[in-house]
Amino acid sequence: MEKGGIIKHDQAKAPKTGDWRYLKPEVDPSKCIGCTTCVLHCPEAVMEMRKRGKKEIAKSSEIGKEKEIVDIDYEYCKGCGVCAQVCPVKAIVMKK
Amino acid sequence: MNKDLTKKFSSGHATCAGCGIPAIVRTVLGATDKPVIVSNATGCLEVTTTIYPATSWKVPYIHSVFGNAAATAAGIDAAQKALEKSGKLKNPAKIIAFGGDGGTYDIGLQALSGALERGHDFLYVCYDNEGYMNTGGQRSGATPYGANTETAPVGSQSFGKTQQRKDMMEIVKAHGIKYLAQANVAYLPDLKRKAQKALNTPGPSFLLVLQPCTQIWKFPTSEYVNIGKLATETNFWPLFEISAQGGSALGGEDYKYEINHIPKQIKPIEEFLKTQGRFKHLFKEKNLEVIKEIQKTVDENFEKLAKRAQIS
Repeated sequence: MEKGGIIKHDQAKAPKTGDWRYLKPEVDPSKCIGCTTCVLHCPEAVMEMRKRGKKEIAKSSEIGKEKEIVDIDYEYCKGCGVCAQVCPVKAIVMKK
Repeated sequence: MNKDLTKKFSSGHATCAGCGIPAIVRTVLGATDKPVIVSNATGCLEVTTTIYPATSWKVPYIHSVFGNAAATAAGIDAAQKALEKSGKLKNPAKIIAFGGDGGTYDIGLQALSGALERGHDFLYVCYDNEGYMNTGGQRSGATPYGANTETAPVGSQSFGKTQQRKDMMEIVKAHGIKYLAQANVAYLPDLKRKAQKALNTPGPSFLLVLQPCTQIWKFPTSEYVNIGKLATETNFWPLFEISAQGGSALGGEDYKYEINHIPKQIKPIEEFLKTQGRFKHLFKEKNLEVIKEIQKTVDENFEKLAKRAQIS
């Protein structure tokens, strides 16, 4: 341990909690309305909003087209399924 | 990994899948742009975020022992004041102490009481998962009546915990602090507003946040938000805040109670109880009286609160 019991934050040493996952959340761009509800409730903070790609816009609903879409970082996602539960339009599905 | 949300508290911690504690921590830390120093009691949050040699904390963080998160915060406050006085510190940090219900209701109560009474400038956040969850779910002063726990087990002669939970809000209020609030992890915008208000209050402030525990309350990992919402919709966990108009940390006066969320339709307590394995035994024929008892207590407590908030 470092002097004085001080530990510096180092992301490289953090456990990659993605390997806990047995169900994988997947976002359906045709349903996601970019409301960010899942972003705040995700315990791992692995949900992040990004711009919609052209192919995704073509599939998106009227409300969704102009909004961002949520992206999931599977490196840390534990697969708890909270995002799928809180999504108001059921755009996230847990898959095996 | 979300860049904004992980500025102060990163991903890669070992809380159980589906635990709401990190959402509470991120919301509270995100409520201020000022520098922050965190003091943490022993508990789920501490053991899961500081596994050597890793730490999830990007802000200065101190863990000392189980019972003294508030005393540590008080020490940081005293040190900052001394440094400010001698001109060595220009921009003092906000001090936030996190503790579970074990570190707040039971083991840390004396240290918390002392720090509140001395009027230190800090925010104490209790994430209340209603028991000693990281050691296997022993009962605490926060465990509700009738819950099955490791040290209050259900059997032929027992229906679980036979005592009511402590009224922590009134205990803290009795110290005459200026701001305290009860919040719920299922209502994050409300929690954020309360954290902002608390951090802008000079002197001590207190937040009591409900945190449904997937492991020991026994429900699927995806449900913490739904069960948190049910707790408020059944009036088991009303969202309210208490602020003092006048007075100081040493003697607040003119207390104002405000209920922040009134459910459109109050659901019966069964709706909340039936979602969790720890209350499963209450639905057996011989224990139905216990449910009635719980409903009665919930109604009485809410009536008391409504009277204080002067609504009916």
